[in-house]
Formats: sequence, C-alpha cells, structure tokens
Amino acid sequence: MKQYLLSVHLVDDGAPPPPPEAAQPVYERVAALNSEIQAAGAWVFAGGLHPPTTATVVRVQDGEVLMTDGPFAEGKEHIGGFWVIKADDLDAALAWAAKATEACASPVEVRPFQEETED
Amino acid sequence: MPPVDQTAIEQVFRAEYGRAVAVLVRVFGDIDLAEESVQDAFTVAAARWPSDGMPPSPAGWIITTARNRAIDRLRREASRNDRHAQARLLHGYDEPPEEVVAVRDDRLRLIFTCCHPALNQRAQVALTLRLLGGLETPEIARAFLVPEATMSKRLTRTKAKIAAAGIPYRVPPAHLLPERTAGVLAVLYLMFNEGYSASAGERLIRAPLCVEAIRLARLLRALMRDEPEASGLLALMLLQHSRRGARLDESGDIVTLEEQDRSRWDSDEIDEATALLRSALRRRAPGPYQLQAAIAACHAEAPNPAATDWPQIAALYELMLQLTPSPVVRLNRAVAVAMAEGLDAGLALVDELAEQGTLTDYHLLEATRADLHRRRGDRTAAIAAYHRALDAARTEPERRFILRRLAEQNDRR
Repeated sequence: MKQYLLSVHLVDDGAPPPPPEAAQPVYERVAALNSEIQAAGAWVFAGGLHPPTTATVVRVQDGEVLMTDGPFAEGKEHIGGFWVIKADDLDAALAWAAKATEACASPVEVRPFQEETED
Repeated sequence: MPPVDQTAIEQVFRAEYGRAVAVLVRVFGDIDLAEESVQDAFTVAAARWPSDGMPPSPAGWIITTARNRAIDRLRREASRNDRHAQARLLHGYDEPPEEVVAVRDDRLRLIFTCCHPALNQRAQVALTLRLLGGLETPEIARAFLVPEATMSKRLTRTKAKIAAAGIPYRVPPAHLLPERTAGVLAVLYLMFNEGYSASAGERLIRAPLCVEAIRLARLLRALMRDEPEASGLLALMLLQHSRRGARLDESGDIVTLEEQDRSRWDSDEIDEATALLRSALRRRAPGPYQLQAAIAACHAEAPNPAATDWPQIAALYELMLQLTPSPVVRLNRAVAVAMAEGLDAGLALVDELAEQGTLTDYHLLEATRADLHRRRGDRTAAIAAYHRALDAARTEPERRFILRRLAEQNDRR
C-alpha cells in the first residue's frame, strides 16, 4: 500500500474566521469521516492545526539555528489540517479526498509519500 | 523469407509500438522501462529484419524481445538494496509469453492510464500520442507547435507523476467507467480538432494529428464494443475529416459549409461514418458524440445546402440539450431553427440567449447574429454585428472571413 498526504487548504483572504456554530458541522462531518477511514483500515494519522499565528519557524542561517515567530510564508493560504492515509493507488486516495473535501468544505491536496527502499 | 524494406519495417513499428508498450507496462508496471525495452527491440529488429526478413508474427517477436531486454535491464540495475527492481524482475519471469487476446485489454488499460483525470488534458493528449500512437517526441512537439524540450519535459513529468502518485494501470471499475470513458473520448476529440482546425499554413504539420486521432478512435471502438459513444466519436471524426479538402480555399480562407464544393467531400469516409452511426444509434443509448455525428451526417447526406434537413438538425440539437444543456448548444439550435422555421424565429432565440449573458465571452455569438441579419437582408444590423464579431475574432482566418462579409455588406447599396 502507498501512503498519501491529504492536506486541507484554507484561503487567507482577510475574512474573519467562521463562528463556532459554522465550525461545528464541519467537526462532526470530519469525525464521521475519520471513523470511516479507520474502519476501512486506511488510517495512519490525522489532525487539525491551530492557525498560522501560533506557528514558529526554525531554520539554519550562517551556521546558527534561528527561531522566528509566525508561519514560514505570509501567504495567500495555509494548511488547516491533514490526513495521512494508506491506499492501494491514487484512485483510492482520490476517493477519500473527495469525501474529505466535502466534509471540510475546503480544497484538499493529495500528495504521495516517497517510498522507502529498505534493506 | 523475402527481403524487407525500411518503410515496411517502420510501418510495423508504428503499428505495433502501442501494443508492445501496453503489454510490457502490464508485466513490469513501469512505463519508462516498457518504452526503453520496446525501443531496444526495434533497434534489434532494424538491424536484423532487412537481412533475415520479417518474422511471421512481428508483434509477438517485438514483445518477446522487449521482455527479454527488460529482464536484462532489471538484472543489471537490481542490487541487494533495490527491492523494487527485484520484485519487477521476478514478476517479469513469472508472466507467460503473451497471447494475442490478452493484448486487447492491455491497450485499453494503457489508454485509460494516459487519460487519467489527475493528469491535465495537454499531458493526457501528449502521452496518448506517445505511448499509443508511437509518435516520437519531436513529432508530437511539432504537431503542437511547441519546442521539443517543452514536450520532452511534459512527457517526462507526466510519466513521473503516474509512477510517483500511483495512478493505477487498469481499466477503471464500473462505477468510474462512464466518466473516465468520457475523458478518453474528449482527449481523442481534442487531438482531432487540433489537427482539423489548423490554419492553412500549419496544416501539413498538424494534419497527422487527425490521422492519429482517427486511428486511435478505431482502436478504442474495437476495444470497447459495448460503448456506442466510441462509434459516435469515430463517425463524427470521419464526417468532419471528409470535408477537409473543401473547408479552406486556395488562399487558406475559410469556406463555410454552405459554400463548400461538396464534390470534394470524401464519400468513402462519409459512407463509413453513416454505417457506424446507424449501428451505434440502434443500441438506443444516445450520447453527445452520436448526436453531433448525426447532425454532421445530416449535412453530409444533403447533395446541396438547400436539401439540408434542418428540422431534423433542430430536433437533434434539442436531444443534445437534454444531455448537455450548454448555451453554445442552444445557440447552434437557434441557427437550425432559423433555417428550419424562419430567420426571425431563430434570431429571437439568439437575442434571448445574448440577453441571458451566458454567451458574452463566446466568440461566435456576434458572428452568428450577423449571419442571420445578413440572410434577412438587414444590412445595418448585419454590419453592426459583424463589427462586434471582429472584436471577438480569435484567429487570422476568422478575421479575414468577417472582413470579407463586411465588404460584401458594404458593397450592397
């Protein structure tokens, strides 16, 4: 089986975050989807992320490890959460992604993990 | 065996490339390995066949030789650490020599893989031409008027995505088959149109796309006998292709359907198309390609423009609207209604469509309106519409056509 990252992309258009009442149905749909993924044996890991304002970036510069407050890029969009799933092929991964994007009402990017060639 | 000439060998290569690659992809699960092995086999054939003669089954010979070359390659590349190469090697040994029957499914699998919706359409078209059409990268680049390096990158990236993302090598399962089949048909039709709509200057280098698209449509039809839309697509292509000798004049300008010299239409292609269409329609599962072909057949069967069965065409557009309710189809229906029931009736429909605002970006809206005004003899309205059409024209031949019409209108005083 291959592994895929399904990442949820949220647009930073300056609009205020949705009120709790709007978020609740999303949580419920996502929770239901997570149960389905687990029951199918496709689950590896998943979680929602706190907003980019809570991020910290760590990098090496001139031989030193530096720390900065905030996301890597003040961009037009950020990742709101992700699933890591197991699937036989891209069609299977895309089928989960279709359910994921309906559940969280945001675009979901599907990317394959590199396979490890072990000894 | 009789001696063989270079042309005959090249023809065999072109005809058998797709089949050989398809089988090898199934056996080894790797498109690059499949292509390289088949090309190796061709190199051997090109060296040996001129003197040894062509083997009784060239396809079988190529597949067997390619398979052996692939195994050799994998042996060289497989190290203790490369489990993937080892797995492929074992799989290649286990597979028995191919039966011709099995090969039919392999090419169908390959077409669906090339046309997977996770690939963008340009990538789908390029890869289909390469793997199933057997066209070389420079040929494909020329046909699409892009530099060879661009096309090479496109093909490499596409094959890399298939491997990395795990696009499965299979005919899609039943629940996905309708939408995936529609995707394949769209790719082949796009390929055809790229060749068919080429300007006079481009025609020589782009016309092979038509030939290739028709060849692949024939293959698809043979591989999907239960799918009447595959026959519909082939019929549509043949009907359009039949007019290629009449649609441009000596200066490379557009000749409308009405003005075309119908004696220059290819009657063999028309006959083949109408037979295909008839048998497809008998299955009572009409689809957009069958309907478009039926409309094209109405034109093809009319010995002259006045004999065109416009009421039938209008009825066919109505059927199409039930399947694909698009504004463009509505516009085309309006034209058919104009010809069948009267220009004012048609014009009213066109004006209604224009008001709805769904066609503002459609470059043929004003040209259509202008033409109807022209037929009605309303010079002022025609000229105004032609000027708007000029603004929307997208190609040089289109512009010249509209300017010609404008000149005609201005001459009428």
